[in-house]
Parts: sequence; structure tokens; C-alpha cells
Amino acid sequence: MKKLNYPFTHEQVRDLKVGDMVLITGKLFTGRDAVHKRLHDGVKPPVDLTNQIIYHCGPVILQDPKTKKYKVTAAGPTTSIREEPYQADVMKDYGIVGVIGKGGMGPKTLAGCKDYGCVYFHAIGGAAQVLAEKIDSVDAVHWLDLGSPEAIWELSVTEFPVVVTMDAHGNSLHAKVEASSAIELTKALKV
Amino acid sequence: MAVKKKIAKKSAPKKDNKKIGTNKKTIKKVAKKVTTKKVVKSKTPINTQKTLEASLIELIKNTSAILPDDVQKVILEALHREEKNTTAEYAMNIIKANIDLAKKKSQPLCQDTGTVLFYVSHPQNFDQNKFTTLIQKAVVKSTELGFLRQNSVDSLTGENSGMNVGPGHPSIHYHQHNKKTVEVKLMLKGGGCENVGAQYSLPFTALDAGRDLNGVRKVILDAVHKAQGKGCGPGVLGICIGGDRGAGYIESKEQLLRRLDDTNEVKELALLEKEIVETSNKLGIGPMGFGGKTTLLGCKISALNRLPASFFVSISYMCWAYRRQGIELAANNQIKKWLY
Repeated sequence: MKKLNYPFTHEQVRDLKVGDMVLITGKLFTGRDAVHKRLHDGVKPPVDLTNQIIYHCGPVILQDPKTKKYKVTAAGPTTSIREEPYQADVMKDYGIVGVIGKGGMGPKTLAGCKDYGCVYFHAIGGAAQVLAEKIDSVDAVHWLDLGSPEAIWELSVTEFPVVVTMDAHGNSLHAKVEASSAIELTKALKV
Repeated sequence: MAVKKKIAKKSAPKKDNKKIGTNKKTIKKVAKKVTTKKVVKSKTPINTQKTLEASLIELIKNTSAILPDDVQKVILEALHREEKNTTAEYAMNIIKANIDLAKKKSQPLCQDTGTVLFYVSHPQNFDQNKFTTLIQKAVVKSTELGFLRQNSVDSLTGENSGMNVGPGHPSIHYHQHNKKTVEVKLMLKGGGCENVGAQYSLPFTALDAGRDLNGVRKVILDAVHKAQGKGCGPGVLGICIGGDRGAGYIESKEQLLRRLDDTNEVKELALLEKEIVETSNKLGIGPMGFGGKTTLLGCKISALNRLPASFFVSISYMCWAYRRQGIELAANNQIKKWLY
């Protein structure tokens, strides 16, 4: 088990390899479909994303009616491939060090990881409670006009568990499994 | 008015027997009293409506937080099957921990509380419109309480109603049965797994899949391969052979209402279900697509008639967070028993 602690750097993530199980401690910014589209459309992000990690996640958030404080009650990853058209450009334009999501991403993002020193971390899809437990606090929210699941939530996490499935050296576990399972599929279809 | 009169007539003589020598005035009084009683009585349906709302909220809460036993069983089996110290085992361990934690905290197992699909089986003379209104109320309340995420988006404006109610949401399917009771089943199906569902039209030349069970088998395995880990595998397939495009998808989802440990009554489908799971698990896609021994936890297939010109195979993929539950309602609308 490896550890990645805040503040994150491109050097740190370049040391990570496909298959590494990593515990992340520090800050995460949620961002999914609407955020990526808006960033890609050239709207300036409301926070400096340099050296930050974007988490593909639409959390369930409750606000205390008295204290106005936000609480995350469920926060697993959402399917990342929908950000494939935007992700590499977001890496380039805003200097992020990585993204967390599920299901993996395609060749454009993989090239982006290599070119801009980023890593794709795979969180366990559906594990919303285990992952919400790792969130210590909701520090801020931006772009709430996109709706709660689509907004940018600034989260502090401790030992957030992920697996590196695409590294900064051009390796993708997803591409590998897809290819090996395709060989098995061809065999199965011949029966 | 007619009811009032009837009660007045019925009750008055009874009272008469007690009060000897009663006059017209007293009868009128009694009638009035009984009428008031009737008003109190008519409050009862409102109360049972509240009970029904509470039962539906309880159903939503439990469905969102607790996986049914048959699903938990196959997940545990999958965990034990994976090799130690692999990312596949790691994923299954986190899944197991998540199931336990969600149950303990009574909070959504997965943040994507999905399409809210109700399947209501009812006797004849059942007011569907009234029931729909109550389901909608229960969904709004459950969203406010955080059992459901704000998950309903206007497809034209992109606006989120924040309450999970709107055209098509929640999705409610009514079915009349011969029992006297009302059964409500609920499935919460997340977007990730819904997105990897597929519909094939046979013959499908790219796979050399013809209009027979072997052709059906080929396209199902292709769908499993295409899904990889994107649908939050290991998953369960609900499949319909035949039907039109719409009916096929509806039926494929209804297959997911079957218990995982049941056996298909149609022998060749029972065999196909078993074989699809075994062969899929040999593909090595594994939990989350990390590679590993469990790609599918189950497969349920049924067949509808088709037109001579059409041969559809409709496949719905359900993630490991297979949230489905059901309740049978008592006459007073309390939960009589849980169906899974």
C-alpha cells in the first residue's frame, strides 16, 4: 500500500505505477460532466486547480438547516469515460496532477497523463459509504448553479483508497484487461 | 347524503330501544351524532394514507441502504474466490465493508440512488392514480431525508428538480394480480450500469450471431465484454429475448426482480443463464474491470414473442450494488412482510 499526501506534486505521481494501491490524504475537488464541459468551454475555474486532484463524483450532500454546514452522506466515484473528450485538455490547461473516477478512460486521456504528468486513480464504484467515511470535511462549494451532484465540492480526505489503473508512463490496466478479455471472448464465441 | 340517511335509519332504532318513549327530536340528535362519528371514521383513510407513505419511505430507505440476502451471498462467494493480495480482492473487500457500513448507518449504499423503479402488484378495484401520488410524496420525502440523491434532470434545460419527481420519474409499473394484497417492489438502478445495457438485433453479422440461442449467447457475451468494469462489476444481467424494443428492455429489467438463487422454469434458458455466468467469469474482466475471477454474479433470462421480422436481445446490466426490495402491505397499509 502506497501513500500520497498533500500538497501533491507531478514528481510524486510520476513514481506511481499501474496496479499500485494508494491511500490519498489531502484535498480533492469533485468535478463531473457539467464541470468538465464548462472548463473545456474556457470558463475560468473558481479555484486554482494547479497540482490538485479532480474526483469524478456526484456526492449526496445534506446541509444542516441551522448551522448551514454541509455533510457528505455518500460519495463514490461516477463513470469517468464521459469526460474522455475533455480530460486531457483539463490536465493541460489547469495543471492538475490526477483524477479519481471509475471504469477507466481512453487513449486521449492516457496520452494526456503521459504528456502532463498525471495519473488516473480508480476508486471502488458503488462504495459510497466507505469512501464518505474518508472525508473529514466539506471546505467549500463552487458552481452550485450546476446542481448539487454536478457542483465542485472541495473535500478534505484521509487515506482515501484508490488503485492506479492509468499511470504517467503510458500504461493502462483497462487497455490491458480489455485486450486479454477480447482474446478469451474470441475463444468463447468459437465454441 | 345517502350514506348519512342510511346510517341514521340504521342507528336510530337501536338507540330507540334503549331510550323508551323517544321523540322525533332525539332521533334527529342521534342521527347527527352518528354522522359526526362517520366524519371521524372518514379520517381513517387519511391515516392509512399516512401509514402507506411511511411504509413506502421505509421501503425506499431499506432498499437504498441494505442489499438483499441473495445478493450479499453471491458477493461473499466472489470475495472468497479472488486471489489474495490482488486489486480484485482489494475491490471486493471494500465492497464488503461498504455493504456492512451502509447497513449500520442506514445510508445510501451508493451515492447514485439511480432510477427509482416501482413495481406494484395489486388486486382489482385498485386506485392507481392515488397510489402514484403517494409514491411521489414518499419519493420527495426520501430525497429530503437523504435516502435518495437529487437525481432527476430535465432533459431539455438540464435543470435538476431536486425532488426526483418529473416526467418518467419515478418509474412506476402496475400489474394486477389475483391476490387480495398489494405488493410493492422497488429497484434502484444506477446510471453507470444502465449506460452499459445493450440491445442487439439478430442476425448480428459482426459476431456471426444468428437467430437462435447460440446467436443470443454470442451477443450477451459481447455485451459483457463491452461493459468491462464500467457498470460497477461484478454485475448481474437481466435479459429478454424477443418482444419489441420497448417491451424487451422493460422485461429485461423485470428479470432483475427474480431471486438470484431461483431456477428458470424453461430448461434451455436455465442452462443458458448458468453458462453465461461461467463463460463470462472466464473472460477475466473481474471486479471493477481490474482483472480477476468474478465478472458476473448472475444472469436471468426470459423470452417474449416477437414479430417474424424482428429478433431483439435486450440486456440490462445491474451493478454489484443491486438494490431491490419489496413489501407486502397489510390491510392498514403497514408493512406485513419483506419480500426479499
